[in-house]
Amino acid sequence: MFTNRYIFTYSSVMVILVAAILSTASMVLKPYQEANIRAEKIQGILASANIQTSRKDAEENFRKHILEEIAVDTAGNVVMKTTDGKTEWTKEGEKIKNAVKYTRPFDINLKEELALEEEARQGKATRSPIFPLFKMKNNGKEYYVVPVRGTGLWGPIWGNIAFEKDFNTIAGATFDHKGETPGLGAEIKTAWFEDEFKGKTIFDKDRHFVSVAVVKGGVKNSNIPLIHGVDAISGGTITSHGVDKMLRTCLKNYVPYIEKNIQ
Amino acid sequence: MSNNRESLFSAKNRKLLLTPLSKENPITIQVLGICSALAVTVKLQPAFVMAVSVMAVLAVGNVLISALRKTIAPRIRIIVQLVVIASLVILVDQVLKAFVYDISKQLSVFVGLIITNCIIMGRFEAFAMSNKPWPAFLDGIGNAAGYGLILIIVAFFRELFGSGTLWGYKVIPQGFYEFGYKDNGLMILPPMALIVVGIIIWVQRSKDKELIEDK
Repeated sequence: MFTNRYIFTYSSVMVILVAAILSTASMVLKPYQEANIRAEKIQGILASANIQTSRKDAEENFRKHILEEIAVDTAGNVVMKTTDGKTEWTKEGEKIKNAVKYTRPFDINLKEELALEEEARQGKATRSPIFPLFKMKNNGKEYYVVPVRGTGLWGPIWGNIAFEKDFNTIAGATFDHKGETPGLGAEIKTAWFEDEFKGKTIFDKDRHFVSVAVVKGGVKNSNIPLIHGVDAISGGTITSHGVDKMLRTCLKNYVPYIEKNIQ
Repeated sequence: MSNNRESLFSAKNRKLLLTPLSKENPITIQVLGICSALAVTVKLQPAFVMAVSVMAVLAVGNVLISALRKTIAPRIRIIVQLVVIASLVILVDQVLKAFVYDISKQLSVFVGLIITNCIIMGRFEAFAMSNKPWPAFLDGIGNAAGYGLILIIVAFFRELFGSGTLWGYKVIPQGFYEFGYKDNGLMILPPMALIVVGIIIWVQRSKDKELIEDK
């Protein structure tokens, strides 16, 4: 027979033991996991500009291909700039310098900034949101790489969009997700879906921002011009909608910067 | 001494390992673990890694529970089992994330969902609580293999007819598509997994008459 005292002691010891094992495992493995996540982020940025790299060489390749890391605010000003590992804050940046803990645009937490942007539109943000932008070079061509982030069916989806020098034509796109359904929503990270974006443009001929739509039932059968739309994934409707919304909400933050600096 | 010791792979122990593959298959006979069989069988690769992860959790968990079985008070046995499963699954998930990041990404939430896989609790409760660690280990491996086998068969058909690929490689020649062949979109949706499992059960029962109930 087991007494109550035994049961209480048994469960307490068990719980403490398990907690100790799990937190030790988590602490020991954390550096490896974080290195993986960081390298993967770099891989995504490089891959969108059509530079393939293994996870091991990611850091090195990033240094080789990056021209400039920039952070821009929603008014189109550059607030922070990192070149060759040196970070500078501009005049506009001085205002928010102390409110953020980022040391370079690469570290910007897109999720927080997007939430802040949402708040800013309702007029209750504590500071102006800033968004990262990477200027890359590969084979003599320059690219602007924009990281994007949104929600799919089961969790977050994210990606990187590389633009040609005109900041209008998409040179490449990569997507990834936390837990979309394999074979359906998870198809956003396959080459056929990503390749659809190449050559599409985000501004119409009057220079209005239109983004790139992800169209259910095919672009051909819709009233969206071919150059501004891609086909959605059959069976992955909600994830496709998520990509569509993600592109719209993330890319629009760069429109003031584009209008000010390019064209 | 050595006479009354059973050999590691005696007939009885071999049976533990092999019957879950057919006569006592957790999916087709006991109809456990159906939920994950639907979710991860769209493609072969995740199905395979899922089977391996379940095998690791079930084998180690069975051994742990079996080793602790005399100390576990019956009143809290389910809680103890759950704690063991949950911690093992978290460990597996953390290790996958640190060392085989790509595979861990592919399985995403489904590793966490091993916790809710009924087969594992089922084996702890039905076998590990009343048997020695070594048979419990074999039972764990056997049942996970029986589960994995069905997963892989289902995933084979779903990937082949649903996406025209196997293990990510195109296997249906382009020529077929030019003649109007199309991948079956229904295959990649969950209901088709149930239908494929149903067909497997049908085939299995028509081959093995013992499995058919009297009435």
